[in-house]
Amino acid sequence: MTVETLIPVAYLIAAITFILGLKGLSSPTTAVQGNRIAATGMLIAVIATFFAADVRGGVPLILAGVAVGGIAGFVGARMVKMTAMPQMVALFNGAGGGAAALVSILEYARVLEGGRLPELGATIATLLGLIIGAVSFSGSAIAFGKLQGIITPKAFKYAGQQFVTGGIAAAVVLLSVFLIAASIPGGTPPVDSAITPMLLIAAIALLALVFGVALVMPIGGADMPVVISLLNAYTGLAVAMAGFTLNNQLLIVAGTLVGASGTILTRLMSKAMNRSLGNVLFGAFGAATTAGAEAATAGDDGRSIRSIGPEDAAILLSYAQNVIVVPGYGLAVAQAQHSVRELADLLESKGISVKYAIHPVAGRMPGHMNVLLAEANVPYDKLFDMDQINPEFQRADVALVIGANDVTNPAARSNPGSPIYGMPILDVDKAQNIIVIKRSMKPGFAGIDNDLYLDPKTAMLFGDAKDAVGKVVQELKKAA
Amino acid sequence: MTGEAIVAAYVFILAIFVGFEVVSKVPSTLHTPLMSGANAIHGIVIVGAMLVASAIPGPIGVVLGFLAVVLGTANVVGGFVVTDRMLAMFKQRPARKRE
Repeated sequence: MTVETLIPVAYLIAAITFILGLKGLSSPTTAVQGNRIAATGMLIAVIATFFAADVRGGVPLILAGVAVGGIAGFVGARMVKMTAMPQMVALFNGAGGGAAALVSILEYARVLEGGRLPELGATIATLLGLIIGAVSFSGSAIAFGKLQGIITPKAFKYAGQQFVTGGIAAAVVLLSVFLIAASIPGGTPPVDSAITPMLLIAAIALLALVFGVALVMPIGGADMPVVISLLNAYTGLAVAMAGFTLNNQLLIVAGTLVGASGTILTRLMSKAMNRSLGNVLFGAFGAATTAGAEAATAGDDGRSIRSIGPEDAAILLSYAQNVIVVPGYGLAVAQAQHSVRELADLLESKGISVKYAIHPVAGRMPGHMNVLLAEANVPYDKLFDMDQINPEFQRADVALVIGANDVTNPAARSNPGSPIYGMPILDVDKAQNIIVIKRSMKPGFAGIDNDLYLDPKTAMLFGDAKDAVGKVVQELKKAA
Repeated sequence: MTGEAIVAAYVFILAIFVGFEVVSKVPSTLHTPLMSGANAIHGIVIVGAMLVASAIPGPIGVVLGFLAVVLGTANVVGGFVVTDRMLAMFKQRPARKRE
């Protein structure tokens, strides 16, 4: 028995650790351990691979690559602030997609070097790995740019966009069909002999990269939870396809697990916005805004906005029994999570109950608010899902909305003309009093006015989330 | 279909079921770590990158192979470290002092 025969055993162990790692995530108490088990499995798989016959010649190259990638990954992961987490996740996701695409290309080229055209199955797997991986790579790069603010986070749209995007997709499919047709046994390549398979592969790779850009550019910042989940699923699938190409079961298992996880998250996120995936990707939000604006003006029957200062907010809060905090992306931008916890601690010391209501798409990635509040040491058993917390709003004396907008808009329930009509929302308007901390009256992502702000029960506290919460804390301390 | 391909197909299908089964039990509180943890797991592509890194002779092959390993490693290392950082914050802490 040689060392090489043990490699599949090492891969089997790694596959098991990945499943255990994901299983560990079913509870916060076992999650850290699960992640470390999976990381150990990964290490075992990588070390075992060094003994593979295919690898031996390339060890220096691999070690150099591991050093560069490892340092970049480690430093990036250590330095990044918790508020910048969505873009970091996007970046690492894109890296995986890019690697999967390159692996597909290299394996295809290796078989070609051997003097034959890869078989039909291998060709299809290669193309899928290449295309999905490349789309994930460039799409994640754009998502990173948008989240980081390098590229405008707004939806980038132009006339005939869907035709351009569709055209690129059609070109990718057409070129792929050429390659597939050429690999059918006995079939004659329908392409001129001057167009080599590698040239086709290169063209497909480039077009897929462009398609990834075209796919993500028109998607606005608030839809990012869906996009990031989807790109996550894409990379998983691309890796699974690379596994088919290399006939490597470990890649198939790991990639498929991730594909499943990304798919579940994508579905959850789309559902939380009451929109189909197609609508998010090729969405009609821009077009629908006019209808929303009209409806809002129609509803504007002389009600006005009530603005209050931090001292009033402090008084309102200190006389409450039950307070529900509703965090949104504004909290992340202002990095207000620590101030919010300070406020909650103060209130709790007065015997006031404080809970947090988390909308599934609050923030820029699934579970974004949970991570931020966890960073500020808010115990996770105080965070409640939409379904759990909604019945409690009517018993809440104060709902404190911090940097959240569209997810609290009652128009989603009542106004069929609104672009967000039908989207499940937090029933903030059912609370006895509502305090909204917001920078200005600027409408949220959907570009529509929020009826909640015109509610007589609502008081607006204008300002940066961190500043405003900090001032309320000061006032509460003064009163104490 | 060859024997190898059919085994691969079995593995793929079973992994889909396992994936959906395991992941659907993850609470929404842990959705970010789930995504980032899954992200780290697809970093397994590094194994593929190692296997094909020196498959193609010549400068283009070397550059592509090197890039594949770099991207794969960044994915693995970054993914696991970020997830570990996030999860560390979810640890149950001793009850905070109340005034």
